[in-house]
Amino acid sequence: MSIFVDDDTRVVVQGITGGEGKFHAGQMIEYGTNVVAGAVPGKGGQEVDGVPVYDTVDEAVEAEDADASVIFVPPAFAADAIFESLDTDLDLAVAITEGIPTQDMAKVNKRLSETDTRLIGPNCPGIITPGEAKLGILPGNIFSEGNVGLVSRSGTLTYQVVDNLTERGLGQSTAIGIGGDPIIGTSFVDALEAFEADTDTDAVVMCGEIGGEDEEQAAKFIGEHMDTPVAGFIAGRTAPPGKRMGHAGAIVSGSGTGTAQSKIDALNDAGVPVGDTPEEVADHVEDFL
Amino acid sequence: MKLHEYQAKSLFADAGIPVPDSRLATSVDEALDAVDEIGYPAAIKAQVHVGGRGKAGGIKIATDREEAEQYADEILGMDLKGYTVDQVLVEAGVDFVDELYVGVTMDRGEGKPVLMVSTKGGVNIEEVAEENPDAIAREHVDPAFGLHPYQARKVVYEAGVDADVALDVASILSTLYDLYEENDASEIEVNPVMITGDRDVIAADAVMNIDEDALFRQSDLADMAEASYEDDLERKAGEYGFDYVRLSGNVGIIGNGAGLVMTTLDLVDYYGGAPANFLDIGGGAKAERVTQALDMVFSDDNVDAVVFNIFGGITRGDEVAKGINEALEQFDEIPKKVVVRLAGTNAEEGMDILNTDLVEVEKTLEDAVQRAVANAEEVTQ
Repeated sequence: MSIFVDDDTRVVVQGITGGEGKFHAGQMIEYGTNVVAGAVPGKGGQEVDGVPVYDTVDEAVEAEDADASVIFVPPAFAADAIFESLDTDLDLAVAITEGIPTQDMAKVNKRLSETDTRLIGPNCPGIITPGEAKLGILPGNIFSEGNVGLVSRSGTLTYQVVDNLTERGLGQSTAIGIGGDPIIGTSFVDALEAFEADTDTDAVVMCGEIGGEDEEQAAKFIGEHMDTPVAGFIAGRTAPPGKRMGHAGAIVSGSGTGTAQSKIDALNDAGVPVGDTPEEVADHVEDFL
Repeated sequence: MKLHEYQAKSLFADAGIPVPDSRLATSVDEALDAVDEIGYPAAIKAQVHVGGRGKAGGIKIATDREEAEQYADEILGMDLKGYTVDQVLVEAGVDFVDELYVGVTMDRGEGKPVLMVSTKGGVNIEEVAEENPDAIAREHVDPAFGLHPYQARKVVYEAGVDADVALDVASILSTLYDLYEENDASEIEVNPVMITGDRDVIAADAVMNIDEDALFRQSDLADMAEASYEDDLERKAGEYGFDYVRLSGNVGIIGNGAGLVMTTLDLVDYYGGAPANFLDIGGGAKAERVTQALDMVFSDDNVDAVVFNIFGGITRGDEVAKGINEALEQFDEIPKKVVVRLAGTNAEEGMDILNTDLVEVEKTLEDAVQRAVANAEEVTQ
């Protein structure tokens, strides 16, 4: 088993005719993902790598029975693309796009609360269930099948930690990059809840970073609701207050909230060991299993 | 993107929010012309993108021409928390009896905009929030519907604003929300809103930040951007379009992806070194960007050694290696030792291309960081 995506997931790629969309649709297919359709307004009837393209997500769902989308649409049109996925009642929408205006995401977030669709991202690398399906831009070759769940705010940090795990033969059940924006669909808590319920996930790695309070909320959830052991990592210990470290969400505010230390303390209080290095995170997981 | 006080106030004034009479001045003479028109008392206010200007000496009240000349001369050209002041706002002093705080921002936890009002105006609101959170009344706005006028009234009454000015304050707050929405602001703050003896309500300060991701549809605001940098390196990073933050150490850091670059900084610190910077080359960087990134860290006199850590997803190892070669082959002698670690997409191809006469190579992140820290120590010894 796994969480959110597997062998049966049928994917429509929104923006499949663009540079990124085309390249990564190809990579997803090569990995073995069921990419059943593309959706691009004005491009209906075309084909990309043998994948039929439709003008709307609705048509793609009608014709190809898609139940998940991956969104590679430029920031100015991305919120509209997410709304299209939500309004088509897909099970899952994965928004890769970086740079969506925050007020657009606030409106998306509102609609999200009224639908059953799960949104992952935006500004994220996507999700992968090794050996089954990959929705996004994660490099498939570093992952291996196994029983460690991974959830992370950052893309390349995910790859780093996965690499440390895979090197030691610690495969992954599912790995999710939830994204570094201030407003995102799937939170740490959502992913942790799903991993806790997944019988094939025996340990979880959670990689957080400075900014916001999501890690603190996750720590509370772990302490109260999880039996599956969790190992943590927090990036940004050396970040000075008031400076945005790349991600829009990664900023320690002047009043001291969102610091790495407050997150590490919260996780430790919930019984979660936090590694000083990615290597140490793998040590902790090895101890769990 | 931060707007200056004078820019935000001009948007306020256009929207009908009362602001004090003011003029922008870039020289002492201009400042004196301004006070001659405005009269006394007049506030001379540094226009720089830093908080706490008053405490840092960037705001002074002049009661006569002599003082105005003295203060304008002091403030223009002064260094305010690392930024040089090259313009001041000369503003009519307001004779106030009460100060309020009002603001609109995004509550990221709720995913909704939130209105904030407090009768504890004129002081650091973050301190108020920490010590006495009940002193700030809050009202969340449904981003799909926008603000209902009653919500502005509700939060103003809840904050305990005097009844005779409450509706005026609510009206200002309502207009601020419109400005927040229309301009894709990430934050608008007026601290203080002043209540005069005649019970007029005036926005005496203005903080307004714009969501940089929305600038594509806010071209008027994008034109207002007055990039201000703490130093030449930050200016260079701005020109190259890098996410760059300068720090105080001597180990230069280049990487891809915010989380991994932050982690590299943390590891430098963990292994006893001190990071000189945060530099994210972003996703899918080509050789040219790699060359620019190396140029950035080489131009930093504080840097004694460099660690270049790439974990390729959409970034390809061969492109990175090409860029590193190009950047380094132009030197007769490499200015600073560079440790390279390549992993992920096309890492092997990259390792084949990389000119290992010019760089040191490590296989793991931990080893690469430790070697760079050791290289930096060698230089300082």
